Amino acid sequence: MKYRSAIVPFLLSTTLMTAGFAADVPEGTQLAADQTFTYRVLDEFSSFDPQVVEDVNGSEVVRDLFEGLYNQNADGEIVPGVALSHTVSEDNMTYTFTLRDDAKWSDGKPVTAGDFVYAWQRAVDPELASPYAWYMELMSIQNGAAIIAGEKPITDLGVSAPDDHTLVVQLSQPLPYFAKMVTHATTFPAPKWAIEEHGQEWTRPENIVSNGAYVLTEHVPKERSVRERNEMYWDNDKTVLERVVTLVIGDEAQGLTRWRAGEVDKTDIPSGQYPALKEEFPDQAYAVPRLCNYYMTFNLKDGPEPFQDVRVRQALSYALDRDVIVDGVLQGGQFPAYNFTPGATEGFEVPEIDYANMTQAERDAKAKELLAEAGYGPDGDTLSFTYLYNTSESHQQIGIVASQMWKQKLGVEVTLENQEWKVFLETRGNQNFELARGAWCGDYNEASTFLDLLTSQSGYNDGKYSNARVDELMAEAKSSQDAGPLYFEVEEILSQEMPVIPIFHASINMMLSDQIKGWPVNNVEQNWYAKDLYKVAE
Amino acid sequence: MFNYTLRRLLTVIPTLLVLIVFSFYLMRLAPGGPFTSEKPLPPAVMQNVLERYGMDQPLYVQLWTYIKNIVFHFDFGPSFAQKDRTVNDVIAQGFPVTLTYGFWSAVFVLVLGIPLGIIAALRHNSIWDYTMTGLAIFSQIFPNFVLAPILVLLFTLSWGLLPGGGWNGGQWEYIVMPAIALGTSYMAGVARLTRGSMLEVLNAPFIQTARAKGLPERVIIWRHALKPALLPTLTYMGPVFVYMITGSVFIDVFFSTGGIGQDFIDGAYSRDYSMLLGLAILYSLLTFALNLMLDLLYAWIDPKVRSSL
Repeated sequence: MKYRSAIVPFLLSTTLMTAGFAADVPEGTQLAADQTFTYRVLDEFSSFDPQVVEDVNGSEVVRDLFEGLYNQNADGEIVPGVALSHTVSEDNMTYTFTLRDDAKWSDGKPVTAGDFVYAWQRAVDPELASPYAWYMELMSIQNGAAIIAGEKPITDLGVSAPDDHTLVVQLSQPLPYFAKMVTHATTFPAPKWAIEEHGQEWTRPENIVSNGAYVLTEHVPKERSVRERNEMYWDNDKTVLERVVTLVIGDEAQGLTRWRAGEVDKTDIPSGQYPALKEEFPDQAYAVPRLCNYYMTFNLKDGPEPFQDVRVRQALSYALDRDVIVDGVLQGGQFPAYNFTPGATEGFEVPEIDYANMTQAERDAKAKELLAEAGYGPDGDTLSFTYLYNTSESHQQIGIVASQMWKQKLGVEVTLENQEWKVFLETRGNQNFELARGAWCGDYNEASTFLDLLTSQSGYNDGKYSNARVDELMAEAKSSQDAGPLYFEVEEILSQEMPVIPIFHASINMMLSDQIKGWPVNNVEQNWYAKDLYKVAE
Repeated sequence: MFNYTLRRLLTVIPTLLVLIVFSFYLMRLAPGGPFTSEKPLPPAVMQNVLERYGMDQPLYVQLWTYIKNIVFHFDFGPSFAQKDRTVNDVIAQGFPVTLTYGFWSAVFVLVLGIPLGIIAALRHNSIWDYTMTGLAIFSQIFPNFVLAPILVLLFTLSWGLLPGGGWNGGQWEYIVMPAIALGTSYMAGVARLTRGSMLEVLNAPFIQTARAKGLPERVIIWRHALKPALLPTLTYMGPVFVYMITGSVFIDVFFSTGGIGQDFIDGAYSRDYSMLLGLAILYSLLTFALNLMLDLLYAWIDPKVRSSL
């Protein structure tokens, strides 16, 4: 017997509603005559090919040009895209998606389940060698890993199209959040005929065929890209924005200047300027939660001996005044963190963490006590180590503030060391550090995207923390229908053992023109779709 | 002269080879690679990526393949960072942009710098001279990264006359500020240099002779003094033009022109090996071509040089 997953009743009810998922313009709104949205991006996109793209800005464009099985709404919940709904088999290993029959490519061809099969096979194809093949591996699609390793042909991938409007996906293990993962660009359909005809150049404006709400009409790398309404898009009637323009502006301050000059509608706020801008433009300066954390990781493999003592790790964590770092140094609406997973993560409830509820004075006292117990501090040895971070003003500021706090409160001697980004990654990845900066952004909106990082087998676990119970819980969570309590326990263990010092959970700081409406401020992944936006008259 | 040119051209090949080999190994010495990232790729994925770009081969094989592709296919390899494009694509798009505003900037430098220098020299020790010299020194102390934001503040934010950046196909209003920001300090250099050499020439015996013969001042300056007085300026302008184009990194980033300078920075940070090598080759060719052009220009201006070629 098959049962419909929890999402389906919701999907059915929403498909019946007359209001679409596109721009929701309240009645009586005076729309701007020129429906062009222009925004700043930091640098050139990695690609416009859904299976190849790997940067955040590139994915934003790809989400407009292509449409996957599901989209996200303003709250980050999944809503129908090319797929109307799906069913899940009893063993949670087979997903069957039903595709809409009115979806078309920009050249008029229908979007079929076969286009998804082609795209997904392409994503794991060793010949394309997409760096994002790892995402398909993460989705646990049957044979995905073996195909990537070159052990099986791509046709063995667990995805098939029994007919044009049915897509069947076979997983190698149950994955409760699988349906959420199909909003990711890597899983978007690809037009086989265009790719075969133009090869690597198929994403050029003159060659590209896409199925999203917009088509690419101009692209001057490192300068601008323009996408315009796709007349073939199934929900084109509800699209309001006519054109979306990206301008590459490498300099943040210059981005702000051009926002002030009205040349762009959206730009990022340079570090530390949020409070002033919020005061100057209360309705246009935003600080919204983002699915990223910031932490310091102890090297538990080759690091200094004292780090093996949990009391030392706890003391260093307790002595850091997160409020000062967030409100005094960064000033960008970040959230002080005492646990690893951001509270904004869907379905994740921040557990009660002992030291989070203490006052800073209590934490400081506790820190001194713990360090003294471990044999360091005024009456013992001097604890000294090096803190490694990648070259950047804000990382440096955090390093300085932290080392001052440790020195004043605990008498700890910290040497600060900064390295260029890729050198830093190599150093940290090879465990040639003592304490290092870390940050992680979720790949999907579920706690495991963060907590998996601290399992023994994780390739991202640079501190080489290893706890059998954490590994066990995280493995169990993979197939559990209610992983909440498991994550809860993991976070409790982490707060006790303190393999990393959580500092803050990040926010996105942006200036957004008050003419642009429909921005999904509540979507913590900040996955926005231009088709949901509109521009009001001044 | 022809033989000389040919000889010079032939020296390019070994020079370039040395440059390629040296840069190739130097780049690989830097820790990290194009595919090092915050989220390290799983080994199987990394293996596929390395194979695709031939980076699983020993270094000398990679180097040989690289040189072979250039010689036989004029292919400078794929960009690792901009995955839909090759290095040829990137240079073909970005270089004309940089060259365009670099050219206008050089025009600005010469058209403003030389007359300023000449006027200062002719009105030696007058209020004109002091104003010009003062102005030149003032401009020279403004590096482009100070001048550029000031220009934007004035022309874009205060007066709303010019767009704060971008290129838009190279329309004039997008060229003005990059050209001025890039050229101003060089313009000052040219003005001071021209003033100095003009003064020297004006005191030279052959000018005194011309004056003694009763030639009109206008003829003396235009026909006799200007050409030799411009020689040092020319010498200065050759490397300056290369600096202006290669050193345009800041301008490209600040004004978001889409020019080639940005790729140098990005290429270095992202370890985009083929991009960096391609640009290194481009810049050395450019330096070489301009130097050769200058030498030939000297020969045309100065008979002493001509006879020694």
